[in-house]
Amino acid sequence: MILERAEEAVETGEVSEILSRPSDEYVVYTHGLRVLYGSRPAISDITLGFRRNTITAVIGPSGCGKSTLLRCINRMNDLIPGARVEGKVFFNNEDIYSPHVDPVYVRFRIGMVFQRPNPFPMSIFDNVAFGLRVNGIKLTRDGLRQRVKEALVKAALWDEVKDRLDAHAGTLSGGQQQRLCIARSLAVEPEVLLLDEPTVSLDPISTYKIEQLLRGIVEDYTIIIVTHNMQQAARVSDYTAVLMPDQSGVGRLIEQGPTGEIFTNPRDKRTEDYIRGKIG
Amino acid sequence: MGHQILKTSRLKKLLDRAMPIILSLGVFLAVATVAGLIIDVVSSGWHRLSPGLLTNYASANPAEAGLRSAFLGTIYTVGLSAIICIPLSIATALYLTEFSGTGRLSSILRYNIANLAGVPSIIFGVVGLGFLVYGLGMGRSIIAGAFTLAILTLPLVTVTCIEAINTVPDDLRLGAYALGATKLQVAAHVLLPRALPMMLTGGILGISRAIGEAAPILVISGLLFIREDPVSLFDIFTVMPLQLFNWISRPQMAFRELASAGIIVLLLLLLGLNAAAIVLRHRLTRRLT
Repeated sequence: MILERAEEAVETGEVSEILSRPSDEYVVYTHGLRVLYGSRPAISDITLGFRRNTITAVIGPSGCGKSTLLRCINRMNDLIPGARVEGKVFFNNEDIYSPHVDPVYVRFRIGMVFQRPNPFPMSIFDNVAFGLRVNGIKLTRDGLRQRVKEALVKAALWDEVKDRLDAHAGTLSGGQQQRLCIARSLAVEPEVLLLDEPTVSLDPISTYKIEQLLRGIVEDYTIIIVTHNMQQAARVSDYTAVLMPDQSGVGRLIEQGPTGEIFTNPRDKRTEDYIRGKIG
Repeated sequence: MGHQILKTSRLKKLLDRAMPIILSLGVFLAVATVAGLIIDVVSSGWHRLSPGLLTNYASANPAEAGLRSAFLGTIYTVGLSAIICIPLSIATALYLTEFSGTGRLSSILRYNIANLAGVPSIIFGVVGLGFLVYGLGMGRSIIAGAFTLAILTLPLVTVTCIEAINTVPDDLRLGAYALGATKLQVAAHVLLPRALPMMLTGGILGISRAIGEAAPILVISGLLFIREDPVSLFDIFTVMPLQLFNWISRPQMAFRELASAGIIVLLLLLLGLNAAAIVLRHRLTRRLT
């Protein structure tokens, strides 16, 4: 009787429906995610959860679709011509690809920092205030100043720029610019922060500062960082997901788990090879 | 074997030296032609340059003839056409680059705007005559001329505006979107400020083209001889190229000289506009970066 009921549930898709439901421990949860550029799939069958107030590193060789995965989470793929997203992405148990969800709101709640620092050609202050202004957050002059300051403090940039908030963002060094971009994202107080190889263009000291600040803010945010740098993933993250292209070049999730386990005791041979520098 | 290599390398060297000379022939030809024309025009027209040239109306007596109505007509029609054309072009370019998506329709539109830029101007004149002058009942008026010139320059300026928007780094666009900006906000706060200097340069180039157009205005206005100032947008008008055409086609030497003087005025106007474009772009770019 029970067996029959179970078989029925499998046949009607009820089971996969239940399995695809995210649990509450995940802020972001992807289920059977597949992205196509034109007719060519870039990633396929990615089912992955990201836990609240942790840092998850997504690692893998070039072209395995790490950035593609990241762009699904705040619907930035919508802006890429020819990109099509299949499967589900849940944010606080809500499917962000369901028709009634506004991608603008998704991006307001899920911030993103890019590979190369991309401050706007305006003052340091206006850069940080930009997100607050475009999202129509009404603040008094002092309130706005306070929010900008808080964001800059969190991004470990306040001490360096507090006397020149009106200076053009272009006068900052590369590392400072990247921290400004982090501050800019934090100012709108998102729940999730996505970072797409945020330190590739930076020197080791700037990289260290950014890693430090990420560890400092993880109590308030859920952070997902794509990185090429194995040491960085090991240093900064709590959890690690490994993506690897299959024979036809489609990125697939091959392993996920606590960072310590992935690095010391990988279950998949490919992960081990990749971590030891044999692939990629 | 070594000898062979030496030989070819000598030939290559020779070609390398000769190439700049061959390639610069084209430049030389163009510059020489323009210089020759300018020298010819200035030498025959400079002594006819006087305030009267701009303040006198057209006349059968060359000593009293001037460009006044044509000059005013040019300023009014071209000025109005710029006011119509530049905002429309910017809006069209923003629509095609940021709002219309990447569908088939949008690419067809984009392709055809580039094509329109190559349509002979007389066609626009005929369209203006049929649609604006008769169809909408604007008559042979300044406003009909201005709209015709606006439609004529629209594709050219739009193409420049699209290029201007495409020069804005994608990083900035995506950065703004990632902060929760809407398309309109990205257009207004990120794309427009960065692209505006180049857009305005494109607008001024469009104006320069409109100033020199005789054919479409000939169809619209049909008038070559006017002795009054235009006071309303629905008044008849003529423009400088038409006045010059009128003078050149007369047999008397004095009118030919007047035409040369008129060409000098037209050239100065164009040079002035181009200089303004450069200054404007320079100032705006400095302020923004």
